[in-house]
Amino acid sequence: MLLARVAGTVVCTRKDPGLADTTLLVIQPLNTDRSPSGRPLVAVDSVGAGAGEDVFYVRGREAALPFLPREVPTDAAIVAIVDHWHRG
Amino acid sequence: MLLARVVGTVVATRKDDKLVGAKLLVARTTDPSGKDEPAYVVAVDTVDAGFGDRVLIVSGSSARMAVGQKDCPVDAAIVGVIDTVEMA
Repeated sequence: MLLARVAGTVVCTRKDPGLADTTLLVIQPLNTDRSPSGRPLVAVDSVGAGAGEDVFYVRGREAALPFLPREVPTDAAIVAIVDHWHRG
Repeated sequence: MLLARVVGTVVATRKDDKLVGAKLLVARTTDPSGKDEPAYVVAVDTVDAGFGDRVLIVSGSSARMAVGQKDCPVDAAIVGVIDTVEMA
């Protein structure tokens, strides 16, 4: 799982039925010093995150698991909102 | 998931049996503002996207969760046609 910041939202009217009623957010992965790391991506939100919040997200096939028994075709899902983090 | 823009089509006569009937599109990845990036991907289209459309692409094994892709040899599927991307 990786840290990211919610940077925006995506609206799709025409989409896979598995994505119906999901929230699609643009997230920017972060380094532990909170600087941007790599390119932004789109993730399905499972925890009610909003713009500007720090979150962590899971990639790959596991990204669909928070939505079981629904089958949501996604390769990235936000699974937690970060309260704070500390790098020793 | 990746933000991308449809830039072309792929026609292949000799292909895996599971790909028969699949619509294959060439898509160029974009940043959230819609600016093209150098990378591109060939993706199977499940939402009837068209040339020039901004689309959402799911990659890796999750692509097989898109409609009709069960057990198909695909690692990228177009699962949404983007109306808008709003950045915070």
